[in-house]
Amino acid sequence: MFPELISMSSLRAGEHAVVLSFGGGRAERNRLASLGFTPGVEVDMTQNYRFGPLIVTVRGTRVALGRGEAAHILVRRRGA
Amino acid sequence: MSECHEVAAPVVSVAVGTPLIALAGQPNMGKSTLFNLLTGLNQHVGNWTGKTVERRQGTFRHNGREYCLVDLPGTYSLTANSPEEVVAREFIVRERPQVVVAVVSAAHLERSLYLVAELLSLSAPVVVALNMMDVAVQEGITVQPEVLAAALGVPVVAMTASKAVGVRELLDVVEGVLQGRVVSSPRAPEIRADHREILRQIETLTAAFVPAPYPPDWVALKLFEGDAEVTRMMEAALPEEKRAALQALLREHDDAFLVVASGRYEWIGRMVRAAVTQPKIGQIGLTERLDRWAAHPIWGLFILAGMLGLVFWVTFTLAAPVQDWMDERLIAPFAEWVGGLLAGAPAWLQGMVVDGAIGGVGSVLTFLPILVVFFAAFALLEDVGYMARAAYVMDNLMHLMGLHGKSFLPLFLGFGCNVPAIMGTRVIDSWPARLLTILIAPLVPCTARMVVVAFIAPIFFGANALWVSWGLVLMTLVMLVLSGMLLNQVLFKGQRSAFIMEMPLYHIPNARTIGLLVWQRSMSFVKKAGTAILAMSLLVWVLSYLPDGDLNTSFLARFGQLIEPLGRWMGFDWRLTVALITSFPAKENAIATLGVLFGNAPEAGLSEALAASFSTASALSFLVVTMLFIPCMATVAVIRQETNSWRWAFFSVALFLGLSVAGGMVTYHLATWMGLG
Repeated sequence: MFPELISMSSLRAGEHAVVLSFGGGRAERNRLASLGFTPGVEVDMTQNYRFGPLIVTVRGTRVALGRGEAAHILVRRRGA
Repeated sequence: MSECHEVAAPVVSVAVGTPLIALAGQPNMGKSTLFNLLTGLNQHVGNWTGKTVERRQGTFRHNGREYCLVDLPGTYSLTANSPEEVVAREFIVRERPQVVVAVVSAAHLERSLYLVAELLSLSAPVVVALNMMDVAVQEGITVQPEVLAAALGVPVVAMTASKAVGVRELLDVVEGVLQGRVVSSPRAPEIRADHREILRQIETLTAAFVPAPYPPDWVALKLFEGDAEVTRMMEAALPEEKRAALQALLREHDDAFLVVASGRYEWIGRMVRAAVTQPKIGQIGLTERLDRWAAHPIWGLFILAGMLGLVFWVTFTLAAPVQDWMDERLIAPFAEWVGGLLAGAPAWLQGMVVDGAIGGVGSVLTFLPILVVFFAAFALLEDVGYMARAAYVMDNLMHLMGLHGKSFLPLFLGFGCNVPAIMGTRVIDSWPARLLTILIAPLVPCTARMVVVAFIAPIFFGANALWVSWGLVLMTLVMLVLSGMLLNQVLFKGQRSAFIMEMPLYHIPNARTIGLLVWQRSMSFVKKAGTAILAMSLLVWVLSYLPDGDLNTSFLARFGQLIEPLGRWMGFDWRLTVALITSFPAKENAIATLGVLFGNAPEAGLSEALAASFSTASALSFLVVTMLFIPCMATVAVIRQETNSWRWAFFSVALFLGLSVAGGMVTYHLATWMGLG
């Protein structure tokens, strides 16, 4: 009923999710926000090979994130 | 070339009253293309005062009137996350441009309006250049500029800068704003009602103390967002009790920046819904298809290797012959001709002009063909959008050194020449990462050093020379990784700035953008580094000539003899030490110096003389030291230019001096112990 909270790095390629909150340092969070990551925004995991950086599409822009940075973002899975 | 509104240095000024226009925009929006299109060669590239951020400005004419255009650094927002963001907003607040042209992409409207939202809160007169209309059409996105203009309350001009479409219209609107014909009533985003009260409290608390010329409502908003620079400024400006009250208020609303950011995106959402028709979902763009290969963790590496192979192939088939040609047909005959002119002059004058000055200038000029090819290749990869993919696939490996993937390409260029490597670090957006890359870049073995290795190694190692050479390259690269890890720990306490990078859409490169970049980088090398190289090569020449015109008895030789004890730890005699010192102007000089010191023996004779004079252990130590020695003076000059500080240039010299001496000592003693003596 209630899809659990997961970190964005555990989304598989092709999965959609909604951003709930994110941690990390202030500068990092500011930078994420200016690229379009805000609570409630929908993201699509574009590429994620389980190691190294990954690519997420947010608000029509493809953004590469380090695995550590992606792990700071909490999301909730959405059905396709 | 005219200059305008330079705050730092006194320069030629254009007529008083020339309108000042600022160009703002996020990265990858075609802002530079528009800037180059408008200003062409009437532009000047420098640094912002006290910053290592590039400052580009220029002039253009429209309807018979001259305008001054400043290209603000490309930033995603105006919150103080990076020097670029501070530079951009300080310029708007302090220099008050009459019009700020905000370049946005029609294909990425939602993201690119974020900066516009920030610009409107700064109450700067904004004109929106709705760029990349062609890309939007390709992707099936329809944007209606007039609807967007009505929603934003500021003029919007549709254009495609890469095809020079819509530029006249943009300039007409800019002119209209200046003449008061075009009036705007911007609708800046508002803060959600529940947070408006806190924002009001902050403003009441601080308004009376905000230093001019900052707008108090903007300062309050930035405080609310937790902007580090503005917070620092206001903490200094506020009296004690107000400061405490402000800090308490801000602590309570630690996550307010998300409220503000969400507010901006809600506002953007309204704009976009009004003006944009999105394409059907499921359409796979060209970018997505290309990225399945180019950004794949394995295929991506193969593609990267192929690209780099291509760059080097082009360099060696195109640039190397030009370089040889310049050396043989241009500089050598010129030196001979000047030598002939000076036939009657004293020998020292001949030597200084021919060997010192022309030799120095010649080494600068023969660098150019390689630099031009590298700069062009680099600019092309960047403009096409491939650079971000290379950075992405290399991120894992660069992680080891506390660096990002973005450092990889500049470092790789170092195999050709360290100079473009260091200038190429401009693509790295975080300053600590860029500095670290600059500092370790000289540990990439360049072709000039490989020339020395290729000459010396066969003399002492015969058939094994190839293995020794590979070993030396490997050793240098291991040192690169180790120094990177160590410097990162020591200088930046192991911090690694977050890897968050936009992957721009691929697009057709713009010849003008690439041409101007190559031109500017090459000129800045010739002008700035060139002068330093000339001065240093004159100095080395003077030391090798005085007091009586014989290298064997010169000050340089005496210096070599003086520090011979140090050289002895590495297995050197004074001649090897002097050869090493003269490799500073250009690495391959080491062989020429040895030639002179061994009585100008022809090369075959030199090989025998060297084999007879030095043990294998000494030779190996010499090779190791050559690989790790102080970067050549062109590199040092460029380090100084790019870091904007002699301190880092000297730090680099000291670092590599220490590293090479240590490396030489260890090698020599290890080799002797292993019986290579």
